Amino acid sequence: MERKIRVIVAKPGLDGHDRGAKVIARALRDAGMEVIYTGLRQTPEQIVQAALQEDADVVALSILSGAHNHLFPRVVELLREKGAEDILVFGGGVIPEDDIPFLKSKGIAEVFGPGTPTQTTVDFIKTHVKRS
Amino acid sequence: MYEELARRCLDGEVRAVARFISLLEDGDRQAYNAMSAFASTIGHAQIVGITGPPGSGKSTLTDKLIGYFRSKEKKVAVIAVDPSSPFSGGAILGDRLRMQGHAVDPGVYIRSLASRGQLGGLSKATAFALRVLEAAGYEIVIIETVGVGQSEIDIVKVADTVVLVSVPGLGDDIQVIKAGIMEIGDVFVVNKADRDGADRVVREIRAMLETQAALKRGRSPSAGPDTLASRSIELLHHGQTGTQAAAPVEQTGLEDLPPVMKTVAETGDGVQELGACIVSQFEKARQNGALQERRLRSIKAQLKDIAAWQLMDRFADSGGEGRLKRLSEAVYLRKKDIYGAAKELTAALVKGEST
Repeated sequence: MERKIRVIVAKPGLDGHDRGAKVIARALRDAGMEVIYTGLRQTPEQIVQAALQEDADVVALSILSGAHNHLFPRVVELLREKGAEDILVFGGGVIPEDDIPFLKSKGIAEVFGPGTPTQTTVDFIKTHVKRS
Repeated sequence: MYEELARRCLDGEVRAVARFISLLEDGDRQAYNAMSAFASTIGHAQIVGITGPPGSGKSTLTDKLIGYFRSKEKKVAVIAVDPSSPFSGGAILGDRLRMQGHAVDPGVYIRSLASRGQLGGLSKATAFALRVLEAAGYEIVIIETVGVGQSEIDIVKVADTVVLVSVPGLGDDIQVIKAGIMEIGDVFVVNKADRDGADRVVREIRAMLETQAALKRGRSPSAGPDTLASRSIELLHHGQTGTQAAAPVEQTGLEDLPPVMKTVAETGDGVQELGACIVSQFEKARQNGALQERRLRSIKAQLKDIAAWQLMDRFADSGGEGRLKRLSEAVYLRKKDIYGAAKELTAALVKGEST
């Protein structure tokens, strides 16, 4: 029985730059995953509802606006409230090195900056996805 | 675990519903068995199919229809199917993108499914996923197919009402009279009706429907293939968005023809009328017995499909691959002919023989 990895790719917040998110979506697709692309300007609430309804294994967040310290932890927090802490959450985009330890302490599993090879992301998901 | 999960689905618990559908998608046989728990809710929801070519506006239209049904205080679930890659098996499911406005409404559940190799416009699990949604108390289940071409018509096997979405500019009137997709609509929608040529598409669909009805009744269409042209003056008065672009009704039963609607999904023009029309078509079918007939037909088609899958399962379970390989080699070496080899294969399958 084949279990497909399902990934939500979402852009929380207000920036309109989704090139990176789309590249990641393509790369994950080509790695055999089912990617639900939810588009721009999502609230954490929308992202979390989508993750629950879509039975996602992973939530991949992309942000370039600088609001990551607020929005990323909020997504993790809401997932926990819904009893969905088994969903892997990681982020990407333009995120200063200094902010990464804080984000990790808030439950963001990893942060991938610009220039990360897509294979790194694929491998990360495959090794860290929590559900069998 | 499965009974527990099924019970939570009946309670309308979102995560349970989501997980149950995943198990069905993955072909978990125990999950299929556990579906017997939903026996009491089968047939409760109205299943609305939305189909049409890629980019015709199915998702945007679905988004607006969710709004319509919510305004009538119905709980709405959506299954949106997008294609899987035949190469990687992965998929980008992008229909939800246009429906995110309803993401936080507790009366709406949206689920994207990948087609996973099925070619009929739906995925294998779609017909079963909708039963789970029905069990969870959703009164309207909208199924959006993958963008279809001419012959992906699996949606008729699962939907009570099929809405066929067309757009201006895709082809001439011959496209409309070809066999396949154009034969399955219960409601026809010409979306993007603010664009040039929308009225022409409406006329062509109408002409097709009239001809079809006339031929069914065993008489030739009144004025040959030019019927609609000869009526263009009457038809000119039926062009407004949202109104049913009805041709004049004669004593030929044309009033029973599927309605042809115009919408602009982006702005919501015509969506109220479309929603009302979907409901009234459903009610009409329920009253005149067409719905019962159709659901029976669906069950028959699904039963056949399931039996075929069960045979394939049995084939896999009993090491059928080995036999298949041996027979293929025999055919390649011209020791057996391919038809005879196939007969041997099916005979073994029916007996349940291993290798």
